[in-house]
Amino acid sequence: MRNIRFREALREAMIEEMERDDRVFLMGEEVGHYQGAYKVSEGMLEKFGEKRVIDTPIAEGGFAGIGVGAAMVGLRPIIEFMTWNFSAVAFDQILNNAAKVRQMSGGQLTCPIVFRGPNGSARQVGSQHSHSMEHFYATVPGLKLVAPSFPADAKGLMKAAIRDDNPVLVMESETLYGVKGDVPDDQDAIPLGKAAVVREGKDVTIVAYSRMTHVALEAAAALEKDGISAEIVDLRSLRPLDEDTIVASVQKTHRCVVVHEGWPYGGVGAEVSDRVQRLAFDALDAPILRVTTWDVPMPYNAKLELACLPQPDRVVAAVKQLVRRAQG
Amino acid sequence: MDQEPRAVPEARESLPPLTQPSGQLDKLAGLYRQMFLIRRVEEECARAYAEGKIGGFLHLYIGQEAVAVGALAALRHDDYVMTTYRDHGMALAKGMSARTLMAELWGKQTGCSQGLGGSMHLFDAKNSMLGGYGIVGGHIPLAAGVAFASKYRADGKVTLCFFGEGAVSIGGFHEGLSLAALWKLPIVFICENNEYSMGTPLSRSMSVEDVSMKALGYGIDRDRFFVDDVLEVEKRIGEAVQRARELSLPTLVEVRTYRFRGHSMSDPAKYRTKDELELQKKKDPLARARQKLVADGYGDARLEQMEKEIEAEVADAVKFADESPEPDASILEATTYVGPFAS
Ligand SMILES: Cc1ncc(C[n+]2csc(CCOP(=O)(O)OP(=O)(O)O)c2C)c(N)n1
Repeated sequence: MRNIRFREALREAMIEEMERDDRVFLMGEEVGHYQGAYKVSEGMLEKFGEKRVIDTPIAEGGFAGIGVGAAMVGLRPIIEFMTWNFSAVAFDQILNNAAKVRQMSGGQLTCPIVFRGPNGSARQVGSQHSHSMEHFYATVPGLKLVAPSFPADAKGLMKAAIRDDNPVLVMESETLYGVKGDVPDDQDAIPLGKAAVVREGKDVTIVAYSRMTHVALEAAAALEKDGISAEIVDLRSLRPLDEDTIVASVQKTHRCVVVHEGWPYGGVGAEVSDRVQRLAFDALDAPILRVTTWDVPMPYNAKLELACLPQPDRVVAAVKQLVRRAQG
Repeated sequence: MDQEPRAVPEARESLPPLTQPSGQLDKLAGLYRQMFLIRRVEEECARAYAEGKIGGFLHLYIGQEAVAVGALAALRHDDYVMTTYRDHGMALAKGMSARTLMAELWGKQTGCSQGLGGSMHLFDAKNSMLGGYGIVGGHIPLAAGVAFASKYRADGKVTLCFFGEGAVSIGGFHEGLSLAALWKLPIVFICENNEYSMGTPLSRSMSVEDVSMKALGYGIDRDRFFVDDVLEVEKRIGEAVQRARELSLPTLVEVRTYRFRGHSMSDPAKYRTKDELELQKKKDPLARARQKLVADGYGDARLEQMEKEIEAEVADAVKFADESPEPDASILEATTYVGPFAS
């Protein structure tokens, strides 16, 4: 077991998979000579050379498309977006080509590609750089999507993503790259589509993923002081979504709060809510609540940004609302 | 119309003398004043960033001031400007006050966008500064759209659209140029080639060294020159502005410049040598303008007086930003939609 940073875990996964399979390569802006905009790919150019660690110009639509094309004929690209915000200019390639080529070809072709990069807000980077893109992508059949919260999961899910024969989107977080965690020496691929109960509890289920798992953990610690026991389901994978684990937890706790970055209109929280009310309606003692980013573009001002984003106190308030309701 | 671009010398040990007649001395002094203001505002912003008064990304324009100041000197006040996240110089040159700019970077309610936009997104509608944009290339078709509106309304305005050489690889650049060329829009596309796109030198991001060649395929005019002299920038951009205003024809201009700081505050700029940087700093167009003013007899005392005034202006702006109130959350919905919030 080693205690390593999130970015190191991702890097190890990529390196190990590239050593294992020479069809795998990494492509993106500043991934090579600059050692990665957020240093995730540090040292990889030196290790694998320019053939397999490829710096691109600023041309997301172009290099996402190049990745999809190369995957259609048997390579296994890892395409890094400097941040997921910039994938918006490559959305067409992901939506119309990566996700569609298999069905459109009647199953003749596959697209074993990974798109990865940091997602969500950073700190005060403003409205054009703070998007939670998972809500857009998770709606698309043909894609898989993971958003790990801890280094071990980052490593295991990245390995699984690279080995998967479908397009898999890996959503990381700039604010998690420096977070440390225990990673087993032989951390292998973690199956896609499996959530993890990262804290056991009996009064409420808090569903979260990526950075919001950490916010949920803080909230749970605060709730415990008030005698409320929260269970936390870390989704890890947003598509496929592990409804069994969510439902099993809600059947135990009878209450559910979903926490995510990104706007409240539609999205992952709405999807989880729909499944819980359909699959565990009789178990629920209260409506499902969502704690999300406020329904406005992200402001630059630091206090307003903090206010917009889900914070532990907002999660605590939501949980207390449910508990009070059930008691009252 | 088509003119051959001038050859850009590879490396120059000694620089040619500035050639403007001394009748332009007062004009040069005015432009120097603007450049010096931009430089000093940004130096203070760098300090404020280190002190945590400014958050997020901060992309400094230090070294490139002569581009904004020279180019905007060729405009009428109601002509439009759009640029990237490296937008402080552009906003100041277009008429935004140091107070308004700094308050925005401090995230204050007295900033140009009430503290909601920040450093990368400076907007000043009354001065026809239509913004700094964060997605590389995204504003290029937008600028063509602004020029389209000018042609549509026959209002005689010209749009200047600035971007880095990194943007030349992205679709927005090509679609914007293609449409502007097809519809003969009154716009000047100005590529500020500062040699690096974040850590990537031009040689690793483009198949040709000459950015202005991209104009050829679209059949529009082009120009290309080094930014040594702010008055030369005004003259060369002025020619393209005239072509846009009088003939409604777009031009692509590549200006060769250099940024003295990293890409943003978090970039230590390890991809270039100290010697390279020092050599470039010796060619600083701001310093050259000052030397020219001194040599041509503008007067040391007048220059120092001007610089003192700017120091005072900047100090006042810092104080203003420090003391201004923060925006209230109640403005978020009202600034998202016109009319009632559409939830
Ligand atoms: C579509 C897109 N991809 C990536 C980025 C991240 N990014 C911001 S600035 C930049 C480099 C731009 O360089 P250049 O165009 O030369 O302008 P400069 O910063 O030198 O002024 C990159 C890669 C972005 N903002 N938008």
